[in-house]
Amino acid sequence: MSEILIVAEHANGKLNPSTAKCVTAASKISGAKIAVAVFAASGAAVAAEAARLAGVNKVITVDHAANEHALAAVIAPQVAALAAPYSHVFGPSTTFGKDLMPRIAAILDAPQLSDVMAIESATRFVRPIYASNAIITVEVEAGAKIVATVRTASFEAAATGGNAAPIEAGNVDVELPKHTRFVGLAAAKSDRPDLQTAARVISGGRALGSADAFKIIYSLAEKLGAGVGASRAAVDAGYAPNDMQVGQTGKIIAPELYIAIGISGAIQHLTGIKDARTIVAINKDSEAPIFEVADIGLVGDLFSIVPELEKQIAAGK
Amino acid sequence: MKKILVGIKRVVDYNVRVRVKPDGSGVMLDGVKMSINPFDEIALEEALRIKERGEAEEVVVVTMGAADCQQQLRTALAMGADRAIHIESNDPIEPLTGAHILQKLVEREQPFLVILGKQSIDGDNNQTGQMLAQLWNRPQATFASKVELSAKAAKVTREVDAGLETIEVDLPAVITTDLRLNEPRYVKLPDIMKAKKKPLETLPVADLGVELKTRVKILKTEPPAARQKGKMVKDVSELVAALRQKGLV
Ligand SMILES: Cc1cc2nc3c(=O)[nH]c(=O)nc-3n(C[C@H](O)[C@H](O)[C@H](O)COP(=O)(O)OP(=O)(O)OC[C@H]3O[C@@H](n4cnc5c(N)ncnc54)[C@H](O)[C@@H]3O)c2cc1C
Repeated sequence: MSEILIVAEHANGKLNPSTAKCVTAASKISGAKIAVAVFAASGAAVAAEAARLAGVNKVITVDHAANEHALAAVIAPQVAALAAPYSHVFGPSTTFGKDLMPRIAAILDAPQLSDVMAIESATRFVRPIYASNAIITVEVEAGAKIVATVRTASFEAAATGGNAAPIEAGNVDVELPKHTRFVGLAAAKSDRPDLQTAARVISGGRALGSADAFKIIYSLAEKLGAGVGASRAAVDAGYAPNDMQVGQTGKIIAPELYIAIGISGAIQHLTGIKDARTIVAINKDSEAPIFEVADIGLVGDLFSIVPELEKQIAAGK
Repeated sequence: MKKILVGIKRVVDYNVRVRVKPDGSGVMLDGVKMSINPFDEIALEEALRIKERGEAEEVVVVTMGAADCQQQLRTALAMGADRAIHIESNDPIEPLTGAHILQKLVEREQPFLVILGKQSIDGDNNQTGQMLAQLWNRPQATFASKVELSAKAAKVTREVDAGLETIEVDLPAVITTDLRLNEPRYVKLPDIMKAKKKPLETLPVADLGVELKTRVKILKTEPPAARQKGKMVKDVSELVAALRQKGLV
């Protein structure tokens, strides 16, 4: 019988959508019982949200002033203290989960599977290697606890509203380290849809040439109600902030529509968009590798195409 | 002596498009260009800059793997590392085992800072640094894009999904690098000659007293699902028409 503990990701009193995806992943293990643990300064609102997710059997809250900010070194021993009855501990493959889960695995002396994209049984998992150029199916030795991060682009979010799982306070009696302190978060504020959950995403690359020129991407995105992404080259050059990077070392996304503008299509960028339903590429070089994966390609100068595209879309509304 | 320990890994060069073997037994590695994992090169560059600022006295590079990974250690020495340690193993090493091995070295070398890449671009695990930090009972600052050291602590800016997070960690600590931390230097020919004289110690993995466990078995390796070849449109009107047809605008 699989008992799965999911570490909830949240910020500003709201559950991150990645948690609902972990719940779906966990429910792929037949007969799984699923608990969600919320570590926060005061986690009641987040716990209530988690309790509504379909498939969740129980929510555990661990309220502690030290949990105000999600510091891996502080949260890991608390998760480990709850983990004894569980066969699996899951977290999202976001920077939160990537930072935290290996620390938990080390305490539990458990192997970790990163970026799980499919689950075949309680011990058999599918995950990408080599920037998703190869996909491996792995079997974990029987008896070991299993720690995993869930590739959120591979799973739908669990439905919300039809469930009311019991919420209980977790009893965690461990000493918390004081060697790590939160200083600050510089978060980009925007009204645009979140890159990781947006149905449509428009990304700009090095070809944009400046942060100022990048505005044409924002403008088009606004017309389409789309999230905005960027290639590493565009982020490195300072045209777009780091949290917009799409790819192997940025965000892995699976929108309905992805439009790559002035992006060549390097392996590391393509890793981030392989699960997009429809990929559109706009590039002046007809040989650019992005066209090998694009469903619709248009060769030409982005500086004339993008404004024209915006105009025609607006006109058709 | 104030030491920084840097972990590096020999991996398929990032420019190589990796292909799966037709029999599904793994990926094709014969004759493929191998390099230092790009994130590890950034880790080494950061350590060298810290030393050049006078905030450390020695940079030690370590790798685990078969004999051929000494090539990457030599490159690291040519970049400027002072000495190298090769933990020799012909068997694959899982991240948690690797973290245990690094911890043994940490006990021996007593660095005030360990810098690793956030992930290696072969297995893409993103685990070893965090695991080492936990086994060592020390702080971690992962996905670093900026590191500022003071006598007892490091202030580290981290690339996180929400933006840039800054944390302060007491030393000693483990830092893992993100891409924008720095741009690694190029190796110059005279440095390659000089590197030949720098110390490179080989330790059989068995000597470290860490059990090599295989707890995750790879059953098969497959290429990713191929995308169907798309179509080219000739202008914006055709593009918009195609998007409308799919119900996307
Ligand atoms: C370890 C590692 C990890 C990496 N991780 C990532 C990652 O997560 N995400 C990522 O994106 N990259 C990543 N990269 C970088 C990646 O290899 C590429 O360098 C990067 O994606 C290139 O960005 P780009 O396509 O914007 O720039 P370029 O490759 O320079 O492409 C620019 C494109 O714009 C086109 N163009 C130029 N002018 C115009 C115009 N006027 N109109 C239309 N088209 C035009 C050009 O034809 C060209 O195809 C990583 C690299 C390494 C080594």
